[in-house]
Amino acid sequence: MLTQELRARLDEEIKSHPVVIYMKGNALFPRCGFSAAALQLLQPHGEVHAVDVLAEPELRDAIKEYSSWPTIPQVYIRGQFVGGSDIVRELAERGELAKLIKGEAS
Amino acid sequence: MLDPEKVKERISTALPGSEVEVKDLTGTGDHFEARVVSQEFDGKSMIEQHKLVYAPLQDWLKSGELHALALRTFSPAQWEKHRRS
Repeated sequence: MLTQELRARLDEEIKSHPVVIYMKGNALFPRCGFSAAALQLLQPHGEVHAVDVLAEPELRDAIKEYSSWPTIPQVYIRGQFVGGSDIVRELAERGELAKLIKGEAS
Repeated sequence: MLDPEKVKERISTALPGSEVEVKDLTGTGDHFEARVVSQEFDGKSMIEQHKLVYAPLQDWLKSGELHALALRTFSPAQWEKHRRS
């Protein structure tokens, strides 16, 4: 459940890091292929704040409610929800991921 | 257990007139890949397009019956461009 406390924490976390990924597992040991793939695409562009929802089970459902998005991973860039692994891949293929992270997106 | 036909049927019903292709990636009935081309996607962002596909699958995603769905969505114009590239 998305409590007020969790919402505040997510707001703060997403605001204070340029790139945040809520994923299964962590950067060293991703526990899901989709999470690993998304993280790998993000990492060349700078620091990625990775949050393991398996280590914080209360986040697993809260983050889905927060974004109205039913799956994990979830990627936030410059405070905005961007999408899951497919969208990150698509943006990378189009060359738009780097621009988005740098804040040059149209 | 889900199969590609069941997933396809729900997406097609939610997005009438769309072209839907669903593959079972692992043969285990819970990891799928879908390509959806729909008029409904016209002028919508990727987030909005994906949300339209997830919507009819919510209960399966919630229960974990559908563990993963790799998704590619296109409006007819986007698909035409993609196919030619």
